[in-house]
Amino acid sequence: MTIETLIWLIPLPPLLAFFFIILFAHRSNRFSHSIAVGAALLSWLGSMIVFFTAIQVEHLGEHPFVSQIPWLPLGDTWFEIGVQIDPLSAVTLFFVAWTVLMIFLYSVGYHNFGQPKGEHDRPGLPPHGAAVTDVHSHTHQVPSIEPMYARFFAFIGLFAFGMYTLVISDNLLTLFVGWEIMGLCSYLLIGFWYGKTSARAAMIKAFMTTRVGDVFMLLGIVYLYSETGTLNYREIFYNPETLQHLAETSSGFLGLSIAGLIGILLFIGTVGKSAQWPLHVWLPDAMEGPTPVSAMIHAATMVSAGVYLVIRIFPILSAGMEHGEPTTAMTVVAFIGTFTALFAATIAVAQNDIKRVLAYSTISQLGYMVAAVGIGAYVAATFHLFTHAFFKALLFLGSGSVIHGMEHGILHTGKHIDPNDMYNMGGLRKKLPLTFLTFLIGGFALAGFPIVTSGFWSKDEILADAFGHGHLVVFLVLALSALITAFYTMRQISLTFFGAPRTKEAEHAVESKWTMTMPLVILAVFAISAGWIGLPAWITAGALPNWFHEFVGGTLLEHPEAVEVNIIPVLTSMVVALGGLGLGAWVYRNVQAGESDPLEKALGPLHKLLKNKYYFDELYNFLFVRPAYWMAAVFTSVWMDRKVIDGILHWFAYITGVIGNSLRDYFDKPVVNGFGDFVGESTKRIGVWFRAIQTGRIQQYMILALISMVFFSVVFYYFFFLVP
Amino acid sequence: MIPLSWILTFSAALFGIGLFGVLSRKNAIAILMGIELMLNAVNVNLVAFWRYRTPENIAGQVFAVIVFAVAAAEVAVGLALFISVYRLRNTVSADEIDLLKW
Repeated sequence: MTIETLIWLIPLPPLLAFFFIILFAHRSNRFSHSIAVGAALLSWLGSMIVFFTAIQVEHLGEHPFVSQIPWLPLGDTWFEIGVQIDPLSAVTLFFVAWTVLMIFLYSVGYHNFGQPKGEHDRPGLPPHGAAVTDVHSHTHQVPSIEPMYARFFAFIGLFAFGMYTLVISDNLLTLFVGWEIMGLCSYLLIGFWYGKTSARAAMIKAFMTTRVGDVFMLLGIVYLYSETGTLNYREIFYNPETLQHLAETSSGFLGLSIAGLIGILLFIGTVGKSAQWPLHVWLPDAMEGPTPVSAMIHAATMVSAGVYLVIRIFPILSAGMEHGEPTTAMTVVAFIGTFTALFAATIAVAQNDIKRVLAYSTISQLGYMVAAVGIGAYVAATFHLFTHAFFKALLFLGSGSVIHGMEHGILHTGKHIDPNDMYNMGGLRKKLPLTFLTFLIGGFALAGFPIVTSGFWSKDEILADAFGHGHLVVFLVLALSALITAFYTMRQISLTFFGAPRTKEAEHAVESKWTMTMPLVILAVFAISAGWIGLPAWITAGALPNWFHEFVGGTLLEHPEAVEVNIIPVLTSMVVALGGLGLGAWVYRNVQAGESDPLEKALGPLHKLLKNKYYFDELYNFLFVRPAYWMAAVFTSVWMDRKVIDGILHWFAYITGVIGNSLRDYFDKPVVNGFGDFVGESTKRIGVWFRAIQTGRIQQYMILALISMVFFSVVFYYFFFLVP
Repeated sequence: MIPLSWILTFSAALFGIGLFGVLSRKNAIAILMGIELMLNAVNVNLVAFWRYRTPENIAGQVFAVIVFAVAAAEVAVGLALFISVYRLRNTVSADEIDLLKW
């Protein structure tokens, strides 16, 4: 089997698993998850083979693995789709394969496989737990299996298919197909517990919000196709003539070049998918889904897809760039990214839901990557995408493990408290040692703990690029966000794991099963080691080149220069990371049960603003949702439908009635009916006349016949014999 | 040989007697008998014309035989009808059998 065939086959197993589970296997939970995890394993294996083959190829960027088939006949040519593995997609494939496999495995434990069915469990609601009687006839509440267990694995299988398709595509169309499949799956998975009103609202919110981005992205794709006649990466992004043409022709819109306009349109797709400001609102609400879904959406797949796209279209964003001056499109990208990084980081400080903190930190970290693309730090963005996928998957799965442990405690006490609220936790390091350790690693990687964690190296590279290329504002804002990131990460770790348990439930939390902890350990290994592949050359005094930079940089036509070593950004990232962590640990060193957030006093009204997420939900509710409802209820339904359309219809009906009535009165009744009645009446009258001779007496008839015959005989005789 | 006109006159007289009987008699049986007379007058005509005009051709006799058969069938049907009518209405007077009038 050639490597190209193998690339074609990578997305297939999860898709087959999806159909097989939906059609045949859904009655058996064990069978379903075996198929799904097996499929993920096959795809993982294929991805690893492809990745390790790819990194051995010299100049992979110039000679990627490519295979195309003609797909859609277009006049006298074909629209070709195909697969392509270049350095960028190779590293993406690597982290996608790992995180997807870990998430599949984790889901088995998270959905309580092997536990009894709960008596009150209903499809569409999270399991409530089951009562079990042991040998000493004590009744215990234990976790119960998810009622829609098999369906979950079918959905994440389809989700994985979408992501793999997106990564291996060699053109924007199949990328968009994978993109939309993921959009559908995120809708299905966020609303997996559709019995909850909040989950239903969140699924619709996520779908609608990303739809806004997707429409613009599709416009960008169509524009690109109409300008170049192709959507293939090689033919557009790595073709200097095409890029030059696109960069030099004006689009006639706000003075942008065609490349700039297309770049911005495609970037809006990223804004939606990667939850950048102002389309970030859906992502925190997406936490309504089961935790593996949060990891799936926020780490491995969907949000990464947005950043992957913006990295992929970097040549178009930067087309026309001269002497390092960023283009308009890049400025837009850099602004959105930088703003989002700071904006989301500040919100995360005031959130109490363990998953929501992570959701905002994801938005913030994605903002980093987008900002990096915007300042031209192509490799740094990819690097951060790579490391972030691991440590954020780790953090989400870790938070899932924490929530799972808390749910155990809730089942034990039987009280109904929010298992996601960090103020109900505390002291969990003793109850969940493995989760604590791995969560700590993930959190430190997110905070950028110097030297040992992967997050430090990738974040440092972005900061170094921003500093080295003179984007001082971007540098300062990102450094500030890094400080806040470290602070809220430590806040989260302190509130969750340190101190004393603040509730009885936290006291009775228990460690999760091996299917959940094993993925945590594996991801923790990556959360540390993923940074080593991109160590800057100055660490080893130039003895070892920056492998990641060399490899991924080869994707571009012009190999980007590594920035000069500068001590300022390195020191900055160390200081902000350690400072933030230290500050967080100090502020939250000892939060007692029932105590309010120490920041609440320190920040005052600002804290309320942050806690309410700058009131963006309320703003959008006011600006878009309520007008939409008003449009539907008042304008369309009452005014347009009932008044205008129904009015026109009623008017037509009235006019038709008038015409019909007059036709009836002046034509139908007198003329048509009159003639018919006349014929009928005449026939009747003639009948009455002739009735008189119908006596019923046979002899009279015969006399009549005789008389007539004599008469006619005489007439006949006269005309035929006498007249001639 | 008797001239043809004599025979024709005879048959016309016979036909006239039959016709008178049909038109004047009240009794249905008598009407039927009148019809038989008219049919036989026709037969006399047929045979006479055959004998005097085309004796070499047998068609005239055949025609007469067919009329006999028809007359016999007619009598059979007619009498059966009258019996049936008599059973229902106790009369065979043609004036009283007037169900078909309006």
